[in-house]
Amino acid sequence: MTNHWIDIKNTDCALIMGSNAAEHHPICFKWVMKAREERGATIIHVDPKFSRTSARSDFHVPLRSGTDIAFLGGMIKYIIDKEKYFKEYVTEYTNASFIVGDKFGFKDGLFSGFDKKLSTYDKKAWAFAVDANGVPKRDKTLKNPKCVFQLLKKHYSRYDLKNVSAITGVSEKNLLKVYETYAATGQKDKAGTVMYALGWTQHTVGVQNIRTSAIVQLLLGNIGVAGGGINALRGEPNVQGSTDHCILYHILPGYHSVPRAHWPTLADYQKANTPISNDPLSANWWQNRPKYVVSLLKSWFGEAATPENDFGYSWVPKGDTPKGLVQGDYSHLHIFDRMYKGKIKGGSIWAHNPAQSIPNTTKVRKAMDNLDWLYISEIHQNETTDFWHRPGVNPKDIKTEVFLFPACHRVEKEGSISNSGRWVLWHYKAAEPAGESKSMGETMVEIMNAVRKLYREEGGVFPEPIVNLNWPSHFDADQIAKECNGFFLKDTTIKDKTYKAGSLVPSFANLADDGSTSSRNWLYTGSYTEEAGNKMKNRDLSQTDLQAKIGLFPGYSWCWPVNRRVLYNRASVDLNGKPWDPTRVVIEWDGSKWIGDVPDGGWPPMATGKGKYPFIMQKEGHGALYGPGREEGPFSEHYEPIETPVKKHPFSKQLSNPCAKIIESDMDKRATPGDSKYPIVLTTYSLTEHWCGGGETRNVPSLLEAEPQLYVEMSEELAKEKGIKNGDGVIVESARGRVEAVAMVTMRMTPFKIQGKTVHEIGMPFAFGWTTPGVGDATNRLCVSAGDPNTSIPEYKACCVNLKKADKLTELS
Amino acid sequence: MSKTFLIDVTRCTACRGCQVACKEWQGFAANKTTQIGWGSHQNPPDLNPKNFKIVRFQEHKIGDTVTWNFMSDQCRHCLQPPCKDMADGYMQGAVVFDEATGAVVYTDKAKQLPKEAFDEMKSACPYDIPRRDDATGIINKCDMCYERVAAGLIPMCAKACPTSAITFGDREKMLEEAKKRLAVVKKDYPEAQLIDAEEVRVIYLITDKPEFYHKNLVAQGPAGISRMAALAKMTAPLKRSVRNLLG
Repeated sequence: MTNHWIDIKNTDCALIMGSNAAEHHPICFKWVMKAREERGATIIHVDPKFSRTSARSDFHVPLRSGTDIAFLGGMIKYIIDKEKYFKEYVTEYTNASFIVGDKFGFKDGLFSGFDKKLSTYDKKAWAFAVDANGVPKRDKTLKNPKCVFQLLKKHYSRYDLKNVSAITGVSEKNLLKVYETYAATGQKDKAGTVMYALGWTQHTVGVQNIRTSAIVQLLLGNIGVAGGGINALRGEPNVQGSTDHCILYHILPGYHSVPRAHWPTLADYQKANTPISNDPLSANWWQNRPKYVVSLLKSWFGEAATPENDFGYSWVPKGDTPKGLVQGDYSHLHIFDRMYKGKIKGGSIWAHNPAQSIPNTTKVRKAMDNLDWLYISEIHQNETTDFWHRPGVNPKDIKTEVFLFPACHRVEKEGSISNSGRWVLWHYKAAEPAGESKSMGETMVEIMNAVRKLYREEGGVFPEPIVNLNWPSHFDADQIAKECNGFFLKDTTIKDKTYKAGSLVPSFANLADDGSTSSRNWLYTGSYTEEAGNKMKNRDLSQTDLQAKIGLFPGYSWCWPVNRRVLYNRASVDLNGKPWDPTRVVIEWDGSKWIGDVPDGGWPPMATGKGKYPFIMQKEGHGALYGPGREEGPFSEHYEPIETPVKKHPFSKQLSNPCAKIIESDMDKRATPGDSKYPIVLTTYSLTEHWCGGGETRNVPSLLEAEPQLYVEMSEELAKEKGIKNGDGVIVESARGRVEAVAMVTMRMTPFKIQGKTVHEIGMPFAFGWTTPGVGDATNRLCVSAGDPNTSIPEYKACCVNLKKADKLTELS
Repeated sequence: MSKTFLIDVTRCTACRGCQVACKEWQGFAANKTTQIGWGSHQNPPDLNPKNFKIVRFQEHKIGDTVTWNFMSDQCRHCLQPPCKDMADGYMQGAVVFDEATGAVVYTDKAKQLPKEAFDEMKSACPYDIPRRDDATGIINKCDMCYERVAAGLIPMCAKACPTSAITFGDREKMLEEAKKRLAVVKKDYPEAQLIDAEEVRVIYLITDKPEFYHKNLVAQGPAGISRMAALAKMTAPLKRSVRNLLG
């Protein structure tokens, strides 16, 4: 989230899209409700299904899964045509005025620079035009036909109401209703918030869904302000923390690229990943990256990391150089595909149930049969721990040796948890671990110590990364938290204060690239200091009057970065440092200093001439209406899901994302576009009562009682067409699999009128698996192995299926 | 000082925190539930001896507009509870008022009531609340977590509610709050109303027709709960004498 949970109460309009917030983030609805009750905010829910979120919204608008860009593209056109955008904000704080270089082009769904053979773009074709100093050229009148604003206007001019309605299935009346209501937040004293979750990310256009919302929010001046922002609603088990600390294949802790084979030395890596801005007004914060990366290497390799050995950079695994779609991709889709193809022999799985939660699950389960060994740390047995005796296989035929380490529950251990609003909270142990269970941290430290012992005693190929690790003898959450913050490694004087070697670094501004500091994650530097101790334990509710007005609690927990509660908050003020909305002040320049929240950099306002542009994480310092960093283009474009009920769409001849990552194998069958065998759209989701794949919550009797079995929500019209009654057992089939579910026939699902034809959509939860008897088995057996080109997140939210009434049920009882 | 709940459906997201928290607090085992032949989020389908609280779901469509109504159902803790009158006809002390809260509490003695007494209690209840475990003879329903309240806590359902749809407090204050909320909600929903506020300790604020939530949201009977209670009182001595007669 750019903002935080409480801040939602400050909004005038919440656009909940790609999220079922009330069901999946129940607590957040407290703040949504407050905005509605106390500010008269309008709550809009745009989603294929009428859910518990819709029930508490002012209105619900159903749209066909996978057409969010078309929907929002229409909103961009509306905002521009009706001049609803916030002109001063757009001109000063976004890159609307930037001139794009001559190589940029867009024709029939493809941008310039496309390499058809590799299905990738040469992004250099999208670069800005620069002046003699290397600073992007600008036209603040926004009239230059090559300026971002004009290109944006032209690009989305195709997204008229008729085209958008025809492909999304949303009536023109409903489109206008949302556009008018939301665009009204473009006034400088109004704020609109976007709340999204996996309903946006889990598409082959996932990142561009969010990019499109960023364009909307920047046009309306809704970023940086209270009650605004783009708010990714992240989950309870530390999803934010795990992203920050890199439980992802493509980044290292603190959002640094994973090293690649074509960056053999640290200098190569730093050069490739450190942006240079020639504009003195741009803070270009990532220019500091080398300090964070060297501090990270020092935290990993300790004294073994020296300037002479590149601080151990050569010991960090290097990903292959991406060439095309597959190479260098270590996401789940590719891991299990490689496993299926016999290229992976063993591994470990922690708190994760891929045999339930990865698309085309039948293949995933079969892939695991190819492993020689596997160790798993889990609380409960689930479809992954028990894959070797799943229905239809004989355990004798499975060669894999499986080790199961009993893990303790999260209430049985202490540590930090980072919430969606980037607040890092210390989480206390409530009970001792049951039986022989241990925290996963403890288990991991012990296993690695055994491996290190073997390497030290027996040697091995390339032992350095293992024996040189700065690794503890036992797991201690408090110590790890300190290491995340980081230490001075030599005596250091800052202003008039001297920090002895081994003392905690007070701020990431003090991290260095010469090996004199360590930090496991620069964003967390400042969370645990000599002066204030463990700030994650802070529970102080005091606030200034200004802070009280918008619900800021700077003394409660600690928030990255530097306890800043609203990101990009320098965009909430005008060039003189005065808030756009004096009733909802995030920060304000009082003539000598900023008051309110921690500002995004302490420089004075822009008008003083000593300021910096507000979007400090962008090289050019401006909000990116035009975003040349993404894989499939600097603007978003509507592409159909990989499995789609249509053969064409109104915007171009390019049916689906040209850069989508698609897995190919004999088990990865797909329906053709508009396939009459699979005419129904399936979307999948979680539900309030179960957590993700259900591995934990199916073991909680009162939750299983409340949601006992796999169901399929379908419209009354579809049920009638198929001769299905509420409560009937049905078979849902895709090109990849067959799943039993119970029909939930409901007026909350709506058939769509798409390009003149009726298209049905159904929805199924993915929480039910065979290890809980009679509840049904993995919905993900139906889903398609295709992913977003930027993140490789699979397209769980849209694929094509058919369904029929079941003659008999074997998975449900 | 007596207590009252306000259940404001405009704030309810049907997360079922109340249902699950109630069950966990009471320590009840789960019922075996199924979607087969049922196909609804409302599980278990009805109140039962192991669920003092369930959230009811009803969906409606008028024109193009879908509404999905949620009702966190439980004992209303009537000021004049017909079930108590019925039970008293058989045995004093099976159903009592908790003095501190005004809660209507079924004591351990209720187990000794015969099945026919339960049948009378159930049919006398204007909201169809009491349930009996035929295996053990236990008759039960929500007890307002009166022991928690005595310890200075609020009932578990109100504690678990993330959106303040269920609030709990001193009766006078809650009545005032209910009226205040009604006035606010009426601006958006002119049909909004408080249900049987003067007669029960669990006041629902609803925005749609009562039958769009549950057939027993409003006291059933020609003149509502007062009449039901009066009738119960009138017939109770008769039943008692009949019972005495039967020995």
